[in-house]
Amino acid sequence: MDRIVGGVPRDDRRLETLIACPECDALYRSAEIRPGSRALCGRCHTVLISPRRHAGMAIISFALAATVLVMGALWFPFLRIDIRGLSREATLWEVATSFTGGPMLLVSFAVVAAIVLLPLARAALILYTLVPVVFDRPPARHAPAAFRLAEAMRPWSMAEIFALGCAVSLVKIADLATVSLGPAFWMFAALVVVTIAQDRLVCRWSVWKSLERR
Amino acid sequence: MPVVGVEEPRATLTPLAALTAREAGLVACRRCTRVWPAGATLCGRCGARLVSRDPRSLSRVWAWWVAGLMAYIPSLVWPMLLTRTLFVTEEATIVGGAIQLWISGSAGVALIVIVASVGIPIAKFLAIAFLALSVSRASRVSASLRMRLYEIVDYIGRWSMIDVFVVAILVSLVQLNVVASINPGPAALAFALSVIFTMLSAQAFDPRLIWDGIEREALRETAPRPSGGRPAA
Repeated sequence: MDRIVGGVPRDDRRLETLIACPECDALYRSAEIRPGSRALCGRCHTVLISPRRHAGMAIISFALAATVLVMGALWFPFLRIDIRGLSREATLWEVATSFTGGPMLLVSFAVVAAIVLLPLARAALILYTLVPVVFDRPPARHAPAAFRLAEAMRPWSMAEIFALGCAVSLVKIADLATVSLGPAFWMFAALVVVTIAQDRLVCRWSVWKSLERR
Repeated sequence: MPVVGVEEPRATLTPLAALTAREAGLVACRRCTRVWPAGATLCGRCGARLVSRDPRSLSRVWAWWVAGLMAYIPSLVWPMLLTRTLFVTEEATIVGGAIQLWISGSAGVALIVIVASVGIPIAKFLAIAFLALSVSRASRVSASLRMRLYEIVDYIGRWSMIDVFVVAILVSLVQLNVVASINPGPAALAFALSVIFTMLSAQAFDPRLIWDGIEREALRETAPRPSGGRPAA
């Protein structure tokens, strides 16, 4: 045991230069690597560091775009069906709140959270965290808590899954009725692209590093 | 010694003599990857709670697992969709709906429904149970294989929510007064709960436990001795 402990700096300041893989606990000396390259954990291949050039500004624009798209998607018509002269149009909000009555209301609440509230909240938290840092100001007071919350929300924000759900439903209804896609549908499709692009750009290590410098 | 895997373009981090944060007498923050001296309870950088290895991790995994299974069974038995056309009201369970699709000739879609709503959830329950058992007793399955399994379970879990979204879309669209309407059945609630509980179960699992068992062996085989034999603290 003793021999293993050797080689790791004891004092706190130098612990700052280490990075532990969050998935397997492997320990490395961290480094500012070239933008565009990625450092993976050698044991479990988790991406540890993946900086991109001008990522900050791009992430901010994507977060703003996501906010506008979710807001817009809520107000415009989402989907419309026509069967033998009868038609029905639904907005995104109507889709999300289509479970009513007693405990089923919980499902509506979960769907609203997953496709509206959490994507909006994540965009807001990411803006709050990154805007000061990208514009060379000291980090916002609650930036670490905000970014931590944004990260914790990530698995529960399900815009892209909802988009695939739309595709499946369209296949299911296509035989019975004519389906037309409203502007909100395309806004939602764009939101999916924006969300995925944003998540691919964020290098968590770089964000935490930048919040540390104050 | 762990060597940092590389993708083009290359980047390499220097591995330390100590294989893991715990072996080095440190505790790692799983949220922001910063390390602190063992015994620290809150991460000074991101504020997350620090646990080197959470002894209660497995009990939380099992608690959510059981809750997920308890919600999953009624989601198969109860109706998912209540379809009303002119005079007839039909109740369709997940499996019943798939069988109907099969009979009406859309075998492909039926297969997708069965795989997505029955195959994947059951595989998820089995995979989480296997992972939890494999860390509480010795496992023959290699750590990297189990890690891959954990990543797949963690990634795929949220995609099961697609069933609930499809019901939401069908219900909101097919509301054509007397001609036809679709309403959600109680299985939608049970299924949504089951997805949420299994996601929590997978999140409660600490994947570092997978590597702990093999840590010693890996160290004995590959770790270099720190030069100079610096005394340990």
